[in-house]
Amino acid sequence: MSVKTLTIDGVDVAIEEGATLLTAAKEAGVHIPTLCHLEGVTDVGACRLCLVEIEGINKLLPACVTEVSEGMKVHTNTETLQEYRRMVVEMLFSEGNHICAVCVVNGNCQLQDAAIEVGMDHTRFPYRFPQRDVDVSHDRFGLDHNRCILCTRCVRVCDEIEGAHVWDVAGRGPASRIISGLAQPWGEVEACTSCGKCVDACPTGSLFRKGSTVAEMEKDRGKVEFLVTAREEHKWTR
Amino acid sequence: MAKIKLATIWLCGCSGCHMSFLDLDEWLLELAEKVDVVYSPVASDVKEYPEDVDVCLVEGGVANEENLELIRIARERTKFLISFGDCAVTANVPALRNMLGGAEPVLKRCYLELGDANPQLPNFPGIVPELLDRVRPVHELVHVDLFMPGCPPPADRIQATIEPLLRGEKPVMEGREMIKFG
Ligand code: SF4
Ligand code: SF4
Ligand code: SF4
Ligand code: FES
Repeated sequence: MSVKTLTIDGVDVAIEEGATLLTAAKEAGVHIPTLCHLEGVTDVGACRLCLVEIEGINKLLPACVTEVSEGMKVHTNTETLQEYRRMVVEMLFSEGNHICAVCVVNGNCQLQDAAIEVGMDHTRFPYRFPQRDVDVSHDRFGLDHNRCILCTRCVRVCDEIEGAHVWDVAGRGPASRIISGLAQPWGEVEACTSCGKCVDACPTGSLFRKGSTVAEMEKDRGKVEFLVTAREEHKWTR
Repeated sequence: MAKIKLATIWLCGCSGCHMSFLDLDEWLLELAEKVDVVYSPVASDVKEYPEDVDVCLVEGGVANEENLELIRIARERTKFLISFGDCAVTANVPALRNMLGGAEPVLKRCYLELGDANPQLPNFPGIVPELLDRVRPVHELVHVDLFMPGCPPPADRIQATIEPLLRGEKPVMEGREMIKFG
């Protein structure tokens, strides 16, 4: 396999062809904020938090789905990027209904973490306050669409790791939403093995274990990564 | 040095942010040496928002006509306005009614459908302020100079925010220590 050389924030990196900029950045010790990226499943570029600037290309590209190429000069932390990243997080907050004070993952939430990381103390966009449902038909878990940021981490984990493919995205634009089965109530989807991988993969309080109260729900963020390593490298401990 | 004129106002919130302010305990004595509290629901009995206020902490979102009038007056008469707590910054829990389609369906549900003995809508013009159709965060209506999210912001964060202001410096709202929703 051929090797590509590039620079990320001035750091020289050599990495195999086909690697993403996000992987290359990790290699170079450069941190890029992400939300929809989940170690162990394919990347889809849904959240746009990982946007980077590449010299000679006049648009911003998501690091998680952009492949490295020879001689690339990548910048990950310019003022423009900081500004856009903050806007991305602000839009995620104003687009749904994020009332952290009454949320199951308050204090254990990756959207809150992202807000802190990009320095967001309020959102400049008007809140939409959409009307959205909550599905508690599953006997162990619940789905609150109000807190869903459509990162599709649940979709990919259920499909690629559990192999059940319970989740999909339906609708367009502001009407997009996560559906289970053929838009059935989750509890009626026979394919669901109740493994809970989607719940642990979800960065927000959108997927939760029933009975968890405000700020109580902690997710096992390393579970998916562990399962993938276990399968691929036969390492069964963590 | 002349004392800093401090005001606090309470719009549509639960008073939790004000309670957190009182949690400053003995530091309040230190604060009292540097500021004059010229208007506050918990620390003065002044009815009219005064002129020339230096700093104002605003608790709560804007939910009714009275909130709207007070925030406009406060903005006009204050140099440095701080959105104090999640209700002011995001509209928070009071805004849960915004998803239900405006003030009317909510009032009907509470006062007519669930009213037991004598179902009627509250209506005392001039006494009970009319609800606005939507609860809104303060900065959607007037300019805000600083945001202090949290539900409520804990006392130590309030202190860390006010202390630099007393020295005439703007606090840096950065990192988990200073930014926290919920
Ligand atoms: S999911 Fe996160 S950001 Fe959304 S309400 Fe819950 S704690 Fe807040
Ligand atoms: S519990 Fe497991 S099988 Fe069911 S939807 Fe979630 S990931 Fe898929
Ligand atoms: S339910 Fe959670 S994991 Fe699934 S798309 Fe929404 S936020 Fe992402
Ligand atoms: S992490 Fe790259 S777009 Fe979400």
